[in-house]
Amino acid sequence: MITIDLLCARFTPLAPEDVRRWVADGLLRPEEGEVFGEIDVERVRLIIDLRDTLDLGEDALPVVLGLLDQVYALRRQLRALTRED
Amino acid sequence: MAADPYVTLGVARDASPEDIKKAYKKLARANHPDLHPGQPEREAKFKAVSAANALLSDAARRARFDAGEIDADGQERAPPPPRYREYADSDAGARYGGTPDFDDLFADMFEQRARASAAPRRGMDQSYRLTIPFPAAIQGSSETLTLPGGRTLNVKIPPGVEPGQVLKLRGQGDVGRNNGPAGDALIELDIAPHPLFRRDGADIRYELPVSLAEAVLGAAIRIPTPSGPLKVTLPAASDSGQQIRLRGKGVPAHGGQPAGDLLLTLRVVLGTPDPALVEFLRDHAETGASPRQGGEWEA
Repeated sequence: MITIDLLCARFTPLAPEDVRRWVADGLLRPEEGEVFGEIDVERVRLIIDLRDTLDLGEDALPVVLGLLDQVYALRRQLRALTRED
Repeated sequence: MAADPYVTLGVARDASPEDIKKAYKKLARANHPDLHPGQPEREAKFKAVSAANALLSDAARRARFDAGEIDADGQERAPPPPRYREYADSDAGARYGGTPDFDDLFADMFEQRARASAAPRRGMDQSYRLTIPFPAAIQGSSETLTLPGGRTLNVKIPPGVEPGQVLKLRGQGDVGRNNGPAGDALIELDIAPHPLFRRDGADIRYELPVSLAEAVLGAAIRIPTPSGPLKVTLPAASDSGQQIRLRGKGVPAHGGQPAGDLLLTLRVVLGTPDPALVEFLRDHAETGASPRQGGEWEA
């Protein structure tokens, strides 16, 4: 669990405004306030990869993340199913 | 030690920083492990590509590498690999679980699944092969087929079946699910060859050996047929190769088809001639006509 300052320090060119905007847009959903867990840290790493390395652009981010979320939701469900059987 | 970073990125030694950046982005896009969960080979590729890029995108370190001062690993600390997928794949990922109606989609899916698995379903058909004796294929019979599980099936063979014909035993396949009907047993027939009889459509043929005396004088003889022994009268002066047709004694009438015939081809068998016959023939040879007459035989 880390604060927004620590989060931004971990990814050097990351501004707190970026993080707050992502939270506002629902791309990032910290459990409570501005305290971030490990999954959020890794999601920030993914968002930065998508935006900077893959040149995705802020507008495309929600689309890609939405699709990824569906893929992972399907994978979790699939795993839960195979566990049941 | 890591592979040559130029090879990893697929760029030339003198590639410009822009080329390197372009090559890296292309490979990173294709192999980003968070975009391709469950594909470890892409993950390894992505790590190699990232490390190569970290080395070559830094002009100072690239110069040192080119000068041989550092190796491809270059005391290099590759950026930590992305591992969002590990969380997203776990239960923690539910926080980013997609839209609310997504759950409805699953609810629908599971409901359909449950409905489908509760619905009555017909059992599977099962295929078997059964070899039957030749007479059974002609006359029809009742054969017993032992299934792999030890169960036996009574198979009624209709008259006149052909090799490869498939008989269907309704309801003798796999049991149905949830009170669904059972599947069928499909039995493909093989017919064992017979030492004497040959099948020719609806007819049956074989070669009937007769003695010289029977051929010349005629005789009443008992012959075997698929439907049992039969008495036939051989006319006098029958010749070798001559055919005798016994109407209706072939494959019995079945399925709207008329009964076939039994066709006997005579073959005169001399055996060991007795002296009297030899003596007679010696005289006869001088007067008897040769069967080889006509242009083709003029040698």
